[in-house]
Amino acid sequence: MIAGGAVFPHRHLTGIEGLQPHEIAFLLDEAERWVEANRTHAKGDARLAGLTQINAFFENSTRTLLSFEIAGKRLGADVVNMHAAQSSVKKGETLIDTAQTLNAMRADILVIRHMSSGAVKLIADKVDCPVLNAGDGRHEHPTQALLDALTIRRRRGSIAGQRVVICGDLLHSRVARSNILSLTALAAEVRVCAPTTLMPPAIDRMFVTPFTDFDAALEGADVVMMLRLQNERMDGGYVPSPREFRLRYGLTPERLKRAKPDALVMHPGPMNRGIEIDSLVADGPQSAITEQVAMGVAVRMACLDVLTRRDRGVEGWA
Amino acid sequence: MTIAFTNARLVLPDGVVPGTLLVRDGAIVAVGSAETISDLPADATTVDCGGKLLAPGIVDCGVFRVDREACRRGGIVRVALMPDQSPVLDDPGIVQRAALVGKPDLWIHPLAAATRALAGKELAEMAFCQAAGARAVAIGRRWIADAQVMARVLSYAHDLGLVVITHAEDGGLVAGTVATAGETATRLGLAAAPAIAEALAVARDLLLAEETGARVHIRQVTTATALDLIRAAKRRGVAVTCGITPAHLHLSDNAMSDFRTFAHLSPPLRDESDRRACLAGIADGTIDVIASGHDPHGPEEKRLPFADAAAGMAGAETLLPLSLMLVRDGHVTLDRLFALLAANPARVLGLDSGTLTRGSPADLLLFDDRVPWQIDGESFASAGNTPFDGLPVQGRALRVWKGGREL
Repeated sequence: MIAGGAVFPHRHLTGIEGLQPHEIAFLLDEAERWVEANRTHAKGDARLAGLTQINAFFENSTRTLLSFEIAGKRLGADVVNMHAAQSSVKKGETLIDTAQTLNAMRADILVIRHMSSGAVKLIADKVDCPVLNAGDGRHEHPTQALLDALTIRRRRGSIAGQRVVICGDLLHSRVARSNILSLTALAAEVRVCAPTTLMPPAIDRMFVTPFTDFDAALEGADVVMMLRLQNERMDGGYVPSPREFRLRYGLTPERLKRAKPDALVMHPGPMNRGIEIDSLVADGPQSAITEQVAMGVAVRMACLDVLTRRDRGVEGWA
Repeated sequence: MTIAFTNARLVLPDGVVPGTLLVRDGAIVAVGSAETISDLPADATTVDCGGKLLAPGIVDCGVFRVDREACRRGGIVRVALMPDQSPVLDDPGIVQRAALVGKPDLWIHPLAAATRALAGKELAEMAFCQAAGARAVAIGRRWIADAQVMARVLSYAHDLGLVVITHAEDGGLVAGTVATAGETATRLGLAAAPAIAEALAVARDLLLAEETGARVHIRQVTTATALDLIRAAKRRGVAVTCGITPAHLHLSDNAMSDFRTFAHLSPPLRDESDRRACLAGIADGTIDVIASGHDPHGPEEKRLPFADAAAGMAGAETLLPLSLMLVRDGHVTLDRLFALLAANPARVLGLDSGTLTRGSPADLLLFDDRVPWQIDGESFASAGNTPFDGLPVQGRALRVWKGGREL
């Protein structure tokens, strides 16, 4: 057993890239305890009391922001949200200046979402506190990948050897990239499925098997993970129409039968019901979609806790 | 006034020879071994070159900024200034002013915009701009989408004897992208276009050049497919030349890892097989010109998320040492390198410069091809946006003369 900070030596969590398999597993283990705690009435914990957590969201988000806010509050942190719409970013302030402003306010941990790939790393290089990536462009969304991995591990017993199909708009998806990195690191068999117009080039170099035929991809699947397709990409730019997308890539009850009978259905939300996923599937017995949301809070609590241990002087981490 | 450059190793078109070079009234009057030039005039000033290399001053075919100090340090005496300025070089008055701002230290040869405001729609006043000092016309760092407009640009420029300098990226394929499609771009989550965006543009422009008889210089060619098209076109007798910058010879797209915005270039860095094809294109003569593409950007334009950062690198100060790496690695000989850096770009621009021959202006570069140093962006004359920061290199300009006057 490796003790303390040696098991997770990273200052920031900017992505799954760069994490060792045992480090991912460590974060999942840490999250497990919060899953149980969150189910009780006494959800409070004060380990982050007195610390300031700033959620700086340069791109609109409801669920992720809420999830980080709840996670921080359950650990006793003073949580402050900064929305781009209310911020000086709209007045032309550069990202670096914003970062330095946040830094000067002595945040103890920054949670950042931004529409440009690489923006979170840029900020992480400029501030003195740990930075947690809540999604940067189409690059990474590490806590989503961790909550998905936790959901799979709890429901399927293990991640290694599971056949996971990720289907939808992979090209623009940070969720897909982070999930591919974490699931392949944890030895799952990952299949990706999309029309070629929505498939990232050279995706096979990330150790996944690409499919354009969803039916073929679903054969023998243990987990089916659907991605959201943005409305503006369904009107002829990447696919001809929503109904044609549903025809080829919609997860319907009939199609789901091609997967294993007990296959898990997942979606990072928000869903386009009736397009990439049918309500019967989304609300059906195989769906883990609401559980994902619950896992999200637990995973984010674990990440906030672990990343601040060094500064809090937790024994073995200082 | 006469200047005698003695004890030099002269970089001549057909080899490097020890000897003396004589300059009178700003022009080269004699080149040869010490014995053939025995009658040094009594009033001659002597410059002892100490056995170092004396070469034609570099002619840099395509810079985005006038940066006199960087050029002097880099051994560059003439630059072709891209029309992508503010305001755009599409008006005779602006062209004339651009031609003058470098004096007296730097020859600036403005490239006039081929279309008004570089918008790719209406022809600009090329003849007026030519009279105002434009040596060529260019489409800027963009793409003329309409083939009819491009055909007319080429035909009209051909009538005036002007070469058309093009940028080869199909505008549709590269719209909204900042990288070459491949593993690196996918891992970083950067919007990317397939490398054939270049060949697609080259193919169209070569056919139009062939059809119109116009002379075309493709400023940067960076992919194997496009080089093959150019090789074949040259064999057919199409009047095409092409160039490249050192970045595409020494770096591939994995230099973008960690979102290094200094590696955000236009065209973007390519994969390793394309980089090797470019080295082969240098060796076999398909590529005619090496240019700096000098485009200094300060932190306000580069310290941004990758996709939001400006494209381009500061290249003037590193053009010589990065090009000398090609000699060290055996891709070209030293005399051939100066064809790429001086003689060929001068020919593209129609200048009687670029070689150490009698009658040419005395644009001279004395350099040491051995001295080791480390590239340090912080020390650059203007901005230090170089993807080669920290790289140990060899070779540096020692002294530079423009028209016989030392800079």
